[in-house]
Amino acid sequence: MTPLLEVVDLVTHFVTERGLARAVDGVSLTVERGRTLGIVGESGSGKTVLARSIMGLLPRAGVRRGGKVLFEGQDLLGLSDRDLRDIWGAEIAMVFQDPMTSLNPVVRIGRQITESLRHHLQLGKAAARARAIDLLASVGIPEPARRFDQYPHELSGGMRQRVTIAIALACGPKLLLADEPTTALDVTVQSQILDLLQAQQRERSMAMILVTHDLGVVAGRTDEIAVMYAGKVVERAPTHTLFTEMRMPYTESLLASIPRIEQPSHTRLRAITGRPPDLVHPPTGCRFAARCPYAQPRCVEEEPPLMPAPTPGHHYACWYPVGDPAVRAG
Amino acid sequence: MSELLTEAAAVSAGGSAEDVAARRKLPVLFWVSLGWLVLVAVLAVVAGVLPLPRPTETGAGPARMGPSAQHWLGTDSLGRDMLSRTIYGARVSLLVGFTSIAAGLLVGGTIGVLAGYYRGRFETVAMGAMDVLLAFPSLVFALALVSFLGPRLSTVILAIGVLSVAPIARVVRASTLTFAQREFVLAARTVGAKNRRIIVSEILPNVVPAALSFALVAVAVAIVAEGALSFLGLSVAAPTATWGSMINEGRTLLQEAPHISFVPSAAMFLTVLALNFAGDALQARFDVREGRL
Repeated sequence: MTPLLEVVDLVTHFVTERGLARAVDGVSLTVERGRTLGIVGESGSGKTVLARSIMGLLPRAGVRRGGKVLFEGQDLLGLSDRDLRDIWGAEIAMVFQDPMTSLNPVVRIGRQITESLRHHLQLGKAAARARAIDLLASVGIPEPARRFDQYPHELSGGMRQRVTIAIALACGPKLLLADEPTTALDVTVQSQILDLLQAQQRERSMAMILVTHDLGVVAGRTDEIAVMYAGKVVERAPTHTLFTEMRMPYTESLLASIPRIEQPSHTRLRAITGRPPDLVHPPTGCRFAARCPYAQPRCVEEEPPLMPAPTPGHHYACWYPVGDPAVRAG
Repeated sequence: MSELLTEAAAVSAGGSAEDVAARRKLPVLFWVSLGWLVLVAVLAVVAGVLPLPRPTETGAGPARMGPSAQHWLGTDSLGRDMLSRTIYGARVSLLVGFTSIAAGLLVGGTIGVLAGYYRGRFETVAMGAMDVLLAFPSLVFALALVSFLGPRLSTVILAIGVLSVAPIARVVRASTLTFAQREFVLAARTVGAKNRRIIVSEILPNVVPAALSFALVAVAVAIVAEGALSFLGLSVAAPTATWGSMINEGRTLLQEAPHISFVPSAAMFLTVLALNFAGDALQARFDVREGRL
């Protein structure tokens, strides 16, 4: 059976005045039906561009595209906007980072949900309303019938994000792309929203791609994680494997930079020094070499390919991986 | 005329630093302005049934007489009743003001929304055309049109309507641009909305309030423009009463009977002022920005 989503060697380059910006540079991913994939990386690593490239949301002008995005075997990159519109919402939906901007401030919440119901499912006005109120209730919004007639500014940030999730789920998509769905929210609300996404994903046996810069967000909530750095996937593994047997020094540094509650106060946070490379002029070797604590001469000369690790389903791109005694000793 | 409109746009776009609460409530001045506009509009509509002499009836009273019990606002040089003429003049002013701007809003608004949403070559061509329209000397255009089509109400409406297209298109395009790039438009696309639906249900609800309040200010400018045209004898032909032509008729008698020019001037002044106040208040009210949500 073909996987739900198969991204093969996806390339998204932006034509800029300085040259070609390689925002997504040959990324391959697979998402099976009903599974959850986390995409992790720091700002500017190409996570959002990757999510939008998968969706086919990027403008046509000024963008060089390559590779394949196979959704149920159909290549989305080759589709026209007209054909994509039938897939957007109905098959693949998206939740955005900031619910303050992703809801129309002057349109009632109800109408923002019913629009796609009426369009994709051809529901009548009353049926769409009933369905929308059910949806609002299912994403944990109290008094859904009253909220239906309210405007976005009458709701809190967390409630608004619940509304955008309801909009995304309205037509029962098979794949949900959540692009930093909790970044704009309060910490206490973050876990509620993540729990909601997870619950909905299980209930609907929907596949989900959770894009985030926070390893903590994806830790207990994904089946698999792909770590992105400078437009490439540098490590990909089942969630548990990634946390216990990481091979890529970048993943290790990311994990080390999470503050830990058990450490004494005023412990210096281990930040990753330096900045991500310029995507217009990426370095020749490994893109992380300049910031890597274990970098060797080979790292700057030759780019490591994504290679399989002994642990199943685990791939990494590093010449001198973490936990390789032979290498570390030398 | 179009210069004035652009200026109005610039002034109202500037906004002031009042706090949120003050903006939520419409000021008293708005309601006073609205009251005046409603009064003028109602009088203009029911002018025919008011117990007033015909506006063109010469010798309704002694000529050049100041306000009195019979003629509340006095009479003009031909003994016509000034109150009656002022009210009938309001008909012309309001009709020209509102219809020309409504037409301008329809055409200019459509061009502005399409240019701001679709961008690309259409935007370049359309906005270039608007710049040409703006650069064209408006008085010359109105003069040419009137001398070509004759001094009729429809001609004046056409002239002012055409001249209002460019400034309205610019304001609407600018507003559309800011909303078309917002994430909720992208979000609407991700649930499968077509361009037409995005324009109608995502962009327009945001753009229309701002466009309408700008249009109110534009109506004021249009009324002044009509006054200027009729002052120059380029609007509706005499003896139909218009504010501009009445001001013109009193021009030579400013010393002995200043009220002949003063009454229509005051009517026009108050109406234009009320439109500006109302338009500004609405603009401040409908100016939806993130910070104020």
